[in-house]
Amino acid sequence: MGQLLEVRWHARGGQGAKTAALLLAEAAAKAGKYIQGFPEYGPERMGAPILAFNRLSDEPIRVHSHVEEPDVVVVLDPTLIGSANITAGLRENGKVLVNTAKSPAEVKKRLKLTTQQVYTVDASKIALETLGKDIPNTPMMGALIRVSNAMDFNRFRDLMKDELEKKFRHKPEVIEGNMAAIERAYREVKGE
Amino acid sequence: MGKRVALTGNEATALAMRQINPDVVAAYPITPQTDIVQYFSQFVADGQVKTEFVTVESEHSAMSATVGAAAAGARAMTATSSQGLALMWEVVYIAASLRLPIVMPVVNRALSAPINIHCDHSDTMGARDSGWIQLYSENAQEAYDNLIQAVRIAEHQDVRLPVMVCQDGFITSHGLDSIEILEDAEVQRFIGELKPSYPLLDPEHPVTIGALDLQNWYLEHKRQQAEAMKNALRVIPEVAAEYAKLTGREYGYFEKYRLDDAEIGLVALNSSAGTIKAEIDELRNSGVKVGLLKPRVFRPLPAKELREALLHLKVIGVLDRADSFSAFGGPLFTEIRSALYGAQIPVLDFIYGLGGRDFTMTDAGNIVEKLAKVARDGKVEEPITYYGVRE
Repeated sequence: MGQLLEVRWHARGGQGAKTAALLLAEAAAKAGKYIQGFPEYGPERMGAPILAFNRLSDEPIRVHSHVEEPDVVVVLDPTLIGSANITAGLRENGKVLVNTAKSPAEVKKRLKLTTQQVYTVDASKIALETLGKDIPNTPMMGALIRVSNAMDFNRFRDLMKDELEKKFRHKPEVIEGNMAAIERAYREVKGE
Repeated sequence: MGKRVALTGNEATALAMRQINPDVVAAYPITPQTDIVQYFSQFVADGQVKTEFVTVESEHSAMSATVGAAAAGARAMTATSSQGLALMWEVVYIAASLRLPIVMPVVNRALSAPINIHCDHSDTMGARDSGWIQLYSENAQEAYDNLIQAVRIAEHQDVRLPVMVCQDGFITSHGLDSIEILEDAEVQRFIGELKPSYPLLDPEHPVTIGALDLQNWYLEHKRQQAEAMKNALRVIPEVAAEYAKLTGREYGYFEKYRLDDAEIGLVALNSSAGTIKAEIDELRNSGVKVGLLKPRVFRPLPAKELREALLHLKVIGVLDRADSFSAFGGPLFTEIRSALYGAQIPVLDFIYGLGGRDFTMTDAGNIVEKLAKVARDGKVEEPITYYGVRE
């Protein structure tokens, strides 16, 4: 990735999209990228639609607005399709990554996309099986690395492990669960 | 070169405060400054600073305690936003008039009513005549660099004035960004030791501070205060030059971006300036001769230098993230136009982004388009517009 990669996250309050955007930015920063990671700070409530954003680049980043024309849109909650404007500003060669059991073809049709690529992964199922609860943010990060080629996956995995070890020193099971979720989503994501 | 890390603007500010290691911090948390107080109080609890942290019950008390500490001879800091700055008001003026070298990060946020926690500059613009030096910061890096330089500026013997270091609430205060940081020892070496003037805690030399000062001397004291602000115009670039030697990062009164050969000029503070730079690069690629002037030092106002930097332009658009409600444009517009007095350049004001409304590259492009039309036609239909407003 030479130039700027811009990501927009669609989620509901409580799904961990802000955390994912910040963790991704931190990992990319440790890998030598210039980064931005930030949510849209609205009236935050559990379950309310929210946005978060990432910019990753090899050059310093100067823009300080929401991402207008994302390269990748990540959707943590598929029920947002139809209510939130998922495809707003999406680049012609942009990508959409959705947490759903549905196939990429089904989602692509639903989103009425033509030139863009759609990817799906059942991150909620993965989260339930690896973490015991439906927090799809970390598996979606694994899938995002696959879809965006934002950075080398092995490097990303090592950096995420460091971050999680810092945050959950006293809960090793959380670290293992998240790492397993990231691995599985990276492998299981499908594209159309 | 320093170490590059990922930090939010508030984290960068709290880190700079830890590295400054002030004697006293008295602060009250308020959105979006809260993180600064939270992280700094953690540093205090963890013994990473020797600071006496005073938990106060309001911002009026925060500034009062900071004034007391600074008058006693301590290096004293606080931090605030919006309503917090408004509640400090009475004591903000006292800090400047007593010539106390207090440094205060301000995370810019709209003022009530209606209640709004997001970014605009109405809080610090209101304080522009309080006698504080004001430095504005585009991103986390500048918030960090300005805060460290502010200590030297404030404490300079010829200045002895408090400094506000402003950055955009949420946009930069809460956005994770890449910044280069200094080693703790480098910061300590750069700021040096505070040599307080007339400290209260010097019983060998007793002084009275804040005494009654009526018709016979008040005017002279205000004149001295004005002189200190003039001296700051000399000291700020001196401190910046030394800081550039340490970091390689250059700071002036303002930053010029592709301005010298431009025909259309924009003037904007803080984070929007970055967005505008990115749009300028796009527009330059399609042949539009546009540039930016981003003020860093708003108080004192480097009027002569601003004028020289802008005089060659065909049209100027000033972006105000605050209104003065004067029915005569926003505060930045008024100052820029005043600095350009007598010059025959159309200056337009765009009041934008109030209450945190997002400002994008597209918005910057739209404003340049309007300015290009004025440059072509030589006609200004309405000099003051509320950009993007629905009415």
